[in-house]
Amino acid sequence: MDCTHAQSLLDTYVDQELDPVRHLEMQEHLQGCAGCAQNYSDRQMIHQSLKTESLYFKAPRGMENRIQRSLRQAARAEAPSRRWFSGDWFKIAAPLAVAALVVLMIVPYFAGPSPDEVLGQEVVASHIRSLMVDHLADVASTDEHTVKPWFNGKLDFSPPVVDPAKEGFPLIGGRLDYLNNRSVAALIYQRDKHLINVFVWPATDRPITEARKKQQGYNVIRWTGSGMNFWVVSDLEASQLAKFAELLKSSLRAS
Amino acid sequence: MPHMNAAYNLARWLTRNEDDAQDVVQEAYLRAFKFFEGFHGPDARAWLLTTVRNTCYTWLEQNRRNRSATPFDEEIHTGEEDAMNPSSLALKSGDVKIVRESLEELPDEFREVIVLRDLEELSYKQIAAVIKAPLGTVMSRLARARERLKRILCSRLKEKF
Repeated sequence: MDCTHAQSLLDTYVDQELDPVRHLEMQEHLQGCAGCAQNYSDRQMIHQSLKTESLYFKAPRGMENRIQRSLRQAARAEAPSRRWFSGDWFKIAAPLAVAALVVLMIVPYFAGPSPDEVLGQEVVASHIRSLMVDHLADVASTDEHTVKPWFNGKLDFSPPVVDPAKEGFPLIGGRLDYLNNRSVAALIYQRDKHLINVFVWPATDRPITEARKKQQGYNVIRWTGSGMNFWVVSDLEASQLAKFAELLKSSLRAS
Repeated sequence: MPHMNAAYNLARWLTRNEDDAQDVVQEAYLRAFKFFEGFHGPDARAWLLTTVRNTCYTWLEQNRRNRSATPFDEEIHTGEEDAMNPSSLALKSGDVKIVRESLEELPDEFREVIVLRDLEELSYKQIAAVIKAPLGTVMSRLARARERLKRILCSRLKEKF
């Protein structure tokens, strides 16, 4: 350790705030360096001279009483506004409130997703699967009168099939699929290069809450109408898909 | 009342006036009461001293405007060229007055670290919390403060003889 370094650490050494290794290095240096040792003894002398009791100002008599009085006054002045946050009831109510808040925040995580959310995941998975393998359509036809009869004998219902080709959403085929623990009809439509899967099955149990959602980057629209559940999935932009859903609804109402 | 002596000692050294120190301490206790009623943390003394210090500086700002005080500039006070050439210090027990005057002569920023360390015996860590500065600043400021105090003491002792 050189003198400049020792000099910079001198006060920390005097105050015994150096780490053990540096402390020992410093001790060694002071043993071998007269100049630094002199500085060290000066530091100690200053430290000693400051330790004198007469340099420490003790609180004058009467000050404590004065301060206690002013604190009591302040406490009285603040009492009304503080009442809400003090007292026994608050000591009990505050932890209860915190506990209630925690429960409220946690419960949704344990309750799990709603049936519609689970079904939504199934629908999206089905859509993705239909695009992955070469199994988009069991019956590839742009003719609704070919697609609709194809389902005969394969399903216990006849899905409504429309073809809004004029509006730019041509029908390209149909497929059997399995969703919600049952066989369902999947109708495939196209908008430019985007494929749209429409899953249809009879609304026997409960109607679905109509909703538009985004799931894993796909837009999903669902509703119940004409006694059928409809789930529409596509990577098509949300407003376009909404337009398509409206077209389906209106043509179904007309038919 | 807890830590009243420590509070008063710091306030007295920072304001350098008995009456002002009393006012500052009272104000500090009121503030402490308002913002942290019943603070009983492990380091209540350091916490209270922080409040006293803040109150002091607010007070000094309000009362010093008309006095021509040189603003503190660490750069100006770093000239420690004779640090390596020690002039031995010979203080006697009767020199308390000289020590007190020398300490009072130090700039606030130097005086407060010496008071907190040598009189209140706070650790470096506690001092860092009180003056809201990193540990390294505490170390270097204490070193400069003591070097400066030493020079003032030396020149005062020379005057005396």
